[in-house]
Formats: sequence, C-alpha cells, structure tokens
Amino acid sequence: MTVLAAKSLMVADAANKCAPGLPANFCHHHETTGCVAGNGLFCFGWAADNFDRYVGPFFRHFEIVAISVVAGFVIALALALYSHRHRALVPPLLGATGVLYTIPSVAFFFLLLPITGLGLWTAVIPLTAYTLQIIYRNTLAGLANVPADAKDAGRGMGMSERQLLRRVELPLATPEIVAGLRIAIVSTVAIATLAFLAGAGGLGDPLYAQPTFKTNIIMVGVLTIAMALILDLIVVLAQRFAMPWQRARSR
Amino acid sequence: MILLASIIDSFTGAFDFILHSRQAVGSGHADVPVGGIPFIWTFARTQLEVSAIALGGALAVGMPIGLILGHIGKGEYFAVGFGNAGRAVPEIAVVFLLAALIGIGLGNVALALGILGLPPILTNTFVAIRQVDPTAVQAAEGMGMRPWQVILRVELPLAAPTIMTGIRTAAINIFATATIASFVGLSTLGDLVTGTNVYGTDGVVAGAIVIAVLAGSIEAALAGVQRLVTPRGLKLQRAARSA
Repeated sequence: MTVLAAKSLMVADAANKCAPGLPANFCHHHETTGCVAGNGLFCFGWAADNFDRYVGPFFRHFEIVAISVVAGFVIALALALYSHRHRALVPPLLGATGVLYTIPSVAFFFLLLPITGLGLWTAVIPLTAYTLQIIYRNTLAGLANVPADAKDAGRGMGMSERQLLRRVELPLATPEIVAGLRIAIVSTVAIATLAFLAGAGGLGDPLYAQPTFKTNIIMVGVLTIAMALILDLIVVLAQRFAMPWQRARSR
Repeated sequence: MILLASIIDSFTGAFDFILHSRQAVGSGHADVPVGGIPFIWTFARTQLEVSAIALGGALAVGMPIGLILGHIGKGEYFAVGFGNAGRAVPEIAVVFLLAALIGIGLGNVALALGILGLPPILTNTFVAIRQVDPTAVQAAEGMGMRPWQVILRVELPLAAPTIMTGIRTAAINIFATATIASFVGLSTLGDLVTGTNVYGTDGVVAGAIVIAVLAGSIEAALAGVQRLVTPRGLKLQRAARSA
C-alpha cells in the first residue's frame, strides 16, 4: 500500500517536473533543478536540454531579417541611383524615409494590421521601411564622395554616364554602401525580436512565451546578438573577398 | 474596393476611439468606458513620463563621459564600439531581463530605457567632439582658456548638431521601447495596442496612431532644438560649402 502510494506520487512528480508557478511544458526535457525552480540567472542544464525550442524561431528570425534587408537594399539602392542623377528628388526622399524611420515598430505593425492582417508581411514591411533611410543616405554619401578626378578620368576614357556609374562611381562608393548595409542588418536583427507582435514569429516568440524566466530571456538575447554578429562578419568577409584592393589601400 | 472600404472603416473606427468614449469590448469589461482623449492621455502621460526620465538619465550619464573622452581623445574603441554594440541589443530582452532582475515599476522601466538610450548619446558626443576643428581648440587654448572652458565654450557648441542627432536617436528609441513597457506592468500606450479583447480593433489601431503621432512630434521638436543649438558660424560654413 505504502509502496503503491509512493509510486503514484513519483509518477505525479514525473508528470509535473516543472517548478511551481511555471507553465507545465516548461521543463519538458529537463528535471526540475534548484536553478530552474529558483529562476537563477542562467541555468546551463536547462538551456542545453531545451536548445531545440530556439532552433525553429532562430531560422524564422533569419528569414524575416533576410527578406527585409534584401528588399530594403534593392529599393534604397535603386532610389539612390535614380536620385543621384535627379538631385531634386533627394530632399523629399530623405524626408519620406526619415518619417518612416520615426514610426515606432510596435505602432507600425498595428497600423498595418487592418491592411495586411497578422503574418510575415506585417513584420517585413516595417522592417524593410527602417532599412531604407540608412542605406539610402549612405549610398548617396558614398556616391558624392567619389573623387572628381576619378570621374574625369573615366569620362576622358570615353565612358558613358552608365559605364561611369557601374565601373567607377559604384566601386568607389562601395565602402560607404556596405557600412550602411551593416548598420541596417544589425539593427534589423534586433528589431525583428518584436516581429512576434505582428504574428510573424522569430526569436520574440520563445521570449514572450516565458518572459520572466531569466535563462530564457538571456538565451533569446544571446542568440539575437549572435545572429547580428555572424551576419555582420559575413558581410565584412564578402566585401574583403570581392574587393581585395580596398584592404591593400587601407594597409 | 471592399478591402479598401474595410480599411477605411477600421481607421475611422480608430479615430472615433481616440475622440469619443465608448463601452469596452468583451463581457467581462462591458460596463467600463474606454476611449476618448482623457482616457488615452492617461496612457500617453505614463509613456511620456517614463521616456523623459530615461532620456534625462541617459543624458546625465552619457554626455559627460562622451565629452571627457572626446576632449582627452582616449577610448575611441570603447566609445564607438559601445554605440555599435547598442544597436545589436534587442530592446525587449533588456526590458524583460531588468524586470526579472530588479522588478517592475516606473523607476525600473526608466532604468532599462535609460540603458538603451545611452549608446547613441555617448557615441555621438564622443564623435562630435573629435570632429571639432583642432585649430579652433588651439586658438581657444592660445587665448588662455582652461580645459573646462575649452569644452563648454568651444567644443560643446561646435559639436552641438552631431550631439543632437544622437539625442534624437536615443529619444525615439526610448519612446518606442516605452511602448513595450506595458508587458512588464507599466500602463503605457502599449496597453492599447496589445489589448484587443478589451479595446477592440479600433482601440488597437487608435493606440498605434497615437504612438506614431507622438513619436513624430518628439522627432520634430528635437529637430527644432537642433536648429536652435547649431551655432550661426557652422550654418554659414555649411551654406558656403554647399554653394
């Protein structure tokens, strides 16, 4: 009798391995430890055992960032190249991208809600809009800083305006364009943590699922920052690989 | 056409929510009046208050550090790296982590927001001071100015526009993130946008409109301040350069 009672107690205990007050699915891979029960600063065991719950959101997060930054880069670059030849467009475009940049992301998501509904696009549209200002401004600055001598030399060689842009101006403006791209990537990774509010998922999802569990908060924070650093590094390496002469010059 | 009509409908509903009081959505809160300008103002005031405290704190800490480091020309790696690192930090994680570590409440949220506002202020102040024309500083030293006089009367005015750019970035970041503070129990405008089952879609869109308009107003006001603090000499110099 006593053995049976003890056994049923153990079964009940195993079914509810979680610390009191935490969601039932909280420790689905992990025994309740003093660290989890006491909500310690960072419970390594729990983090290692529950890493799988961050993998899906991580790649979704990357998807949101990739779509937004690529779309923003294409749009901003096109706007910059066009207004480089039509200078009257520069002030209104700077103003318009600046206004978009000022709208807080939470407000932007919920303003789009009646139009696009919950989902990926409601997150991607604001994140794309935020990248425009920084990439547009840096591209314009890069093109403006191309030395006049280089352009004159190109013209002297008989280049058309189109050739000049593609073979002289753009390569020389690349460092500043890439600098803008890097800022856009890093800040988009950080802001995409709020994409869950738009129903798009990402690393904000696991964060908001247990917003008081410190290990969870730190996991999401570290994974977000890690993604920003990795993507930043990839861009830096790609630039070095594609334009070795810049490295030689700065040395 | 039908889609357009429904979009217009939800925005007119939102404006009605801003202007007029109405019954809450959902059976549990049906007798509670929501909406109307005084109702929204209670949320907006909390958000503006906590943002102002946070910005004040970030200025009080970040500007002196940036000024001194910039003046002595040391710590470039720290000052610039701090600004870059600040961009990578997800705001919502900082707000949640500080709430978990030190508890909720206006003071604690203000601390979290202040930390988030620090990098752009510190970095821009440092960079702005470093960019000041060294001949102007040498002239001031030659006139016998003491270091603090050089900082306050030469470097600070000449650096003012760039410093203000940092303050604008910080202010907008802080105000935007204060919306999220509703997740940690502070009744900011985030309450409206995340409270569909009490305020309805009208309330959600109304909250979003109010947040966007306030953020735009803050940005416009600070842009005005930036013009005011830009020394006349700098404006003339720029006009001459672009002409």
